[in-house]
Amino acid sequence: MAVAPLVIDVAGINKQFGNKHVVKDLALQVRQGEIFGFLGPNGSGKTTSIRMLCGLLTPDSGRGTCLGLDVLTQSATIKRQVGYMTQKFSLWDDLTISENLDFVARMFGMKERKSTVTRALDGLGLSGRRDQLAGTLSGGWKQRLALAACLLHKPKLLLLDEPTAGVDPKARRDFWEEIHRLSAAGITVLVSTHYMDEAERCHRLGYIAYGTLLASGTAEEVVASQHLHTWQISGSGLQDLTERLRQLPGADLVASFGATLHISGKDGAKLKAGLEDFLRTTSLTMTAVPPSLEDAFIHMMQGSRDQFEG
Amino acid sequence: MGGFSFSRWLGILIKEFIQLRRDRLTFGMIVGIPIIQLLLFGFAINSDPKHLPAAIVMADPGPFARAYVAAMKNSEYFKIVGSVDEREADRLLDRSEVQFVVTFPVGFHRDLVRGKKPTLLVEADASDPMAVGGAISVLNHLGAEVFAADLPGLQRPAAEPMELRVHRRYNPESITAYNIVPGLLGVILTMTMILMTGLAMTRERERGTFENLLATPATPVEVMTGKIVPYILIGLIQVTLILLAARWVFGVPMLGNLFLLYGVVLLFICANLTLGITFSSIARNQLQAMQMTFFFFLPSMLLSGFMFPFRGMPDWAQFVGNVLPLTHFLILVRGILLKGNGLELMWGHTWPILLFMGTVLALGLGTFRRTLD
Ligand SMILES: Nc1ncnc2c1ncn2[C@@H]1O[C@H](COP(=O)(O)OP(=O)(O)O)[C@@H](O)[C@H]1O
Ligand SMILES: [Mg+2]
Repeated sequence: MAVAPLVIDVAGINKQFGNKHVVKDLALQVRQGEIFGFLGPNGSGKTTSIRMLCGLLTPDSGRGTCLGLDVLTQSATIKRQVGYMTQKFSLWDDLTISENLDFVARMFGMKERKSTVTRALDGLGLSGRRDQLAGTLSGGWKQRLALAACLLHKPKLLLLDEPTAGVDPKARRDFWEEIHRLSAAGITVLVSTHYMDEAERCHRLGYIAYGTLLASGTAEEVVASQHLHTWQISGSGLQDLTERLRQLPGADLVASFGATLHISGKDGAKLKAGLEDFLRTTSLTMTAVPPSLEDAFIHMMQGSRDQFEG
Repeated sequence: MGGFSFSRWLGILIKEFIQLRRDRLTFGMIVGIPIIQLLLFGFAINSDPKHLPAAIVMADPGPFARAYVAAMKNSEYFKIVGSVDEREADRLLDRSEVQFVVTFPVGFHRDLVRGKKPTLLVEADASDPMAVGGAISVLNHLGAEVFAADLPGLQRPAAEPMELRVHRRYNPESITAYNIVPGLLGVILTMTMILMTGLAMTRERERGTFENLLATPATPVEVMTGKIVPYILIGLIQVTLILLAARWVFGVPMLGNLFLLYGVVLLFICANLTLGITFSSIARNQLQAMQMTFFFFLPSMLLSGFMFPFRGMPDWAQFVGNVLPLTHFLILVRGILLKGNGLELMWGHTWPILLFMGTVLALGLGTFRRTLD
């Protein structure tokens, strides 16, 4: 099978606000039809990166292409082919649902505006409420309307900035099914998110912290890149022992998973020895497990925080 | 890619109209502000300007006439711009280049010496009655003071050596409303046009919708002009409201051509809208846009000749005043309404408004941010 062409291909992208270096040497490659998940803690530069990709912010330095167009010089052309969904709902609260769609369609110079808008309304299941003000919609409906609005002009690339924040689980599931349908139709999607389950629905992932892209690849590749060894600890009295487990030599990371605990470290042998020694005096049990995506993310975040603060 | 798209422009226009229609507060402002200000400024504002430009028509030069002119100068109420003939004097008055024309009639000297009380004709541009009141009362005293000493005892008349005939032109009954109402037209337009457009773009920025607008292919020119047009209509509605009130409540005369008046109004509205939209592309939020509006509004009100007679102000203030569109607008509107001026007399006060508008528009387009940087 031929490899799909690169839709996003940028490198060395930097952005500073004043003396705050918000995005550092970002390199990103996303292939056509791919769903690329963009993860990272708040304030790590996800929104800033996405805005640079669609020309809303000018990078201080860097080079690359988006849909084969230069991100630095051809942002006006890029805008016509990209659907960008902002993190915060940014359609007009004081326009009705159909007025909002109609306005967006006009801005993109749609030929058959009326029928496009009607079709979008039907697709949303909002035909009956077309005259309702957008500001009065609930979070889930706002999100669907925003998605419909950025799909109106049939973009080849979707940039979705935390589209499911504050949306209930059912609506989230529907949303992701829609994303996969679009991806199957050849549309490339870059989506930022906080949710682990959403990360696992992406084809490939990138993890950014404090402005630096720390890892990218499939979920397996990202996990493997951290070279972690993980044990799951369970049993009664676990809560009281957590603090002492943290102090064990070689324990880089301790994270709760429901009633159990994941303890991970880069030096597997050292951690294993320490754990076996410690658990002998308790009634807890330990099982070696493959590190999860979440373990890998938390580990990356800790590492970069130590570096950032140290 | 930067080409102007009419359909995009129309889209922005339609959106602004819909939003405006749903914005009750703004709608209230459109009707409320003219009414409130009409009431507020119905009160007279007093002042006593000096150094008013006066032209002399000298049909009978002589030592007495010269002494009188010198005394006018010394009173500090007049600045003598020179001697002219009658036609030129009329023209100067029409163009507001002088406030007074003083005519010394033929036989002035002879009649004065013989005690026959010659008549001194004073024509005053009284469209702003406040501006001429002080100067006229000075002229009344001047006659006795200047001539009493020099006239031979026998001929000295018991009372006044001469008669002063004052001709108040343009507003013969000195009705303050005649002056205030045209002025209000300008002040209200300045305030509402700048404020409303000033808020138009910053509102988008504050609500986050600006990001969505920027993500579309719309260009700065389309956005700026598309946002301006609805407010032009609002301005015209306000003007019509005020003119109706001026005509039927205050009985202000309307001598000139109404089309010409609306033409001037349109120019003035555009100048203010351009400034408003420029403010809003510089300001970061609505509060800043509001502050900029008032920063501009205050000098407009104080230094344009609306609040205080223009000629009563110190030179630096007149200089600042001449930059402001309101100053020229006031002269144009008073000229049309009260003097019945036509197109040929207006260019001198039209180009400063055009210049102001062009400069501000260039500044606005230059500072319009295509990005969120
Ligand atoms: N316009 C701006 N001016 C100054 N600082 C900004 C601006 N936009 C974002 N930042 C800062 O840049 C950092 C990264 O922000 P952002 O890209 O929104 O992160 P994320 O989307 O990952 O939460 C934050 O610390 C934020 O405060
Ligand atoms: Mg963000």
